[in-house]
Amino acid sequence: MLTLAHFLTLGAILFSLSVAGIFINRKNIIILLMCIELMLLAVNMNFVAFSRFLGNLDGQIFVFFILTVAAAEAGIGLAILVVLFRNRQTINVAELDDLKG
Amino acid sequence: MIVQELIFYAFSLVLVFAAVAVVTVRNPIYAVLFLVLAFFTAAGIWMLLEAEFLAIILIVVYVGAVMVLFLFVVMMLDINLVPFKEGFIRYLPVAVLVAIAMAAELLMMMWGRGRFGVEMFPVPMPNPADYSNTRELGVLLYTNYLLPFEVAGVVLLVAIIAAVSLTLRTRPGIRTQNPSVQVRTRRDESVRLVKMKSEKPRSV
Repeated sequence: MLTLAHFLTLGAILFSLSVAGIFINRKNIIILLMCIELMLLAVNMNFVAFSRFLGNLDGQIFVFFILTVAAAEAGIGLAILVVLFRNRQTINVAELDDLKG
Repeated sequence: MIVQELIFYAFSLVLVFAAVAVVTVRNPIYAVLFLVLAFFTAAGIWMLLEAEFLAIILIVVYVGAVMVLFLFVVMMLDINLVPFKEGFIRYLPVAVLVAIAMAAELLMMMWGRGRFGVEMFPVPMPNPADYSNTRELGVLLYTNYLLPFEVAGVVLLVAIIAAVSLTLRTRPGIRTQNPSVQVRTRRDESVRLVKMKSEKPRSV
């Protein structure tokens, strides 16, 4: 029998994997963006599961808005990436140190 | 019931495998393709949760638009793959440690003393055959959530304008038409009247 905990466990594993991905791939902005998408997927999984088990559709509406904002974020992020590559010929995070932070 | 469990475990295995592949493969193109696989299997699991509309939206909008955008950008940029994996071995132990710690904490929260077990959240009955998830979502979206819906539209508009204005560039040295100047042109800018005496053709 599939309980709520099954789906929450799957979401937790996905979230942990994407956090590990951000640690491992800290040189490559594209993979970092993809890890953020994976994180949002894990969160959405939790929302959908709670929406189903509480019998309340508001969770699915929230997933709808998260998908909207994630699409906007991906669009702007990739546009910034293209401009960055055009100006610097690299997307290596280690070389983007103009602000001396 | 047992079929649903089999489907859930199969899809979960594929999903976790795809997520591991996304964060570990060397080539970003393979990472994007594994992310597409992850979204597809997640859509399958959302079908199990009877969120049909969101499952289809995830495939049509997310895989069809956002992931294809990722693929375009990855293929457009000419990236040297070697330096990206420099810190891979170095950061791997930290990453595994953090991931295991986070997962352990979350799972302890979930499975401890039946917080999210069957007794707290009983398994709901399946919806009847004539129940339309899309219709219910639409009713909710256009009544209670009308203002957030409009705001989401504005967010997307801002994203469009930002993306276009970021990547737009004018290249020097290219001859282009300027329609507004063409339309605004006047007669005296293009026609020149020359005063001259009338001439009589010379007889041969």
